[in-house]
Amino acid sequence: MIELDNVSYGHNGTALFSQLSLTLAPGSFQFLTGPSGAGKTTLLRLCYADLRAQKGKARLFGQDAATLDRDGVAMSRRRIGVVHQDCQFIDHLSVAENIALPLTVAGRVSEAAGNLKELLSWVGLGPQSGRLPPELSGGERQRAALARAVIMSPDVIIADEPTGNVDWEMSQRLLSLLVELNRMGKTVLIATHDLNIIRSLKSDVDARVLRLKDGQLTTAGSVL
Amino acid sequence: MKGLLDLIVGDPQADRVVPPTGVTARLTIFVSAVMAFLAIVALALSLSTGRVADRWADELAQAATLRLPADPEQADAHLAKTLEILETTPGVASARALTNEEQQALLEPWFGSDLPFDTLPIPQLVEIIADEPAYDPEGLQARLTAEVPGAVLDDHANWRDPLLAAAGRVRLIGWAVILLIGASVAAMITLAAHASLAANAQVIRVLRLVGARDVYIARAFVRRYTLRAGLGAIAGVVLALIVLQILPDGGGFFAEVGFDGAGWIWPLVIPLLAAIVAFFATRAAAMARLREQT
Repeated sequence: MIELDNVSYGHNGTALFSQLSLTLAPGSFQFLTGPSGAGKTTLLRLCYADLRAQKGKARLFGQDAATLDRDGVAMSRRRIGVVHQDCQFIDHLSVAENIALPLTVAGRVSEAAGNLKELLSWVGLGPQSGRLPPELSGGERQRAALARAVIMSPDVIIADEPTGNVDWEMSQRLLSLLVELNRMGKTVLIATHDLNIIRSLKSDVDARVLRLKDGQLTTAGSVL
Repeated sequence: MKGLLDLIVGDPQADRVVPPTGVTARLTIFVSAVMAFLAIVALALSLSTGRVADRWADELAQAATLRLPADPEQADAHLAKTLEILETTPGVASARALTNEEQQALLEPWFGSDLPFDTLPIPQLVEIIADEPAYDPEGLQARLTAEVPGAVLDDHANWRDPLLAAAGRVRLIGWAVILLIGASVAAMITLAAHASLAANAQVIRVLRLVGARDVYIARAFVRRYTLRAGLGAIAGVVLALIVLQILPDGGGFFAEVGFDGAGWIWPLVIPLLAAIVAFFATRAAAMARLREQT
């Protein structure tokens, strides 16, 4: 699905990480942990070609991300649902319109009506569908972002601190939605600094936990 | 054709992604209206000047003036001989000697009305109207010089040529003004589009995140600015036509200012041109901006 092969990335001449490799196999569930500033968000952005690797290769669905043109990147994004840390929305569009946006831009508006109703009910946002994003609570925004990320039925779901702004109960609900999507065959990658949520899902999903620290990506004590 | 239809009809869903209000929207309509107004006035002046110049040139080309020497003793003989020559000259439709009153009226602007006309040796003037095809002025002058020494044929070329040159320059200035107005519209729309794209950076970020292609994002802005520029230009054209209609003529040149015949195509073309300029300016600005925001 998505493969980072010996990639390096840094800001202003300082390497954030170098020669880092990661593979998101189809149907896998992975957590990405690490302290703040370790580069988790940067790593996720490399996974959906929002950033380009300074060294090494990033492959999205078998294609070298460096060779993708702007349209190619857009087409790849349609296969990747992204839940941002800050849940970016178009504020003058209703919640329903925001959630349906991936279908709208893909010219698949006709599919929106059926999918949307089901999805709104699934994330528990039916009554809020006509409201504007600034009127939503933190948890509602996270759920709306998740609904938008999955409405196209993407192959991969990448979530950056999806439970960052919500209480424990809501975070469990959001994570259970992601687990359910994984059971449906979707590849899931979640970045979080909260180890408690990983522990809470241990019995529900066979997840691999990756740790990014000091430019090294490790799992179960080994360097990837 | 389908692209044009898509542009006019649009995609309501796609249109909604860009906030519908903003100062740039009002500015675009206003500036487009002002530019269209100026373009129509400039065109009307340019076309009218051309029409008046053409008419004057035609009139001058048809008429010529023959000046006979002011010799009181031979005046009648010279006039008779001249008229005889003119009657037999191919290409001369008619020829007549100006009356004393007509000659006096011609001199009045320079010498006043109390000129003692009878006591002064005033050259006799003969008005010649050319036929189609016209006479050969050089051949006629040569014949007159031989038969009526001192006769001078003035075919008005000295007046006509500078007039035509001046009219040509006015027309050129008119077209230059149209080009400058077009360039100004393009520059203004480009600035407005850049401002709008910058103000909607968050919208663009979200659209990119969900897989929108650049052309989709650009289209939402392009359609909006194209329609605004077109609508603003229609308003400007209507206003300009009203102003031209109520312009006080004063019995002079302003009575001529306006459009006629094929010239009426311009009030229809100007909004279309404004929309085309806006389309390409916004598209270029949007694509450049989107490339920068990678």
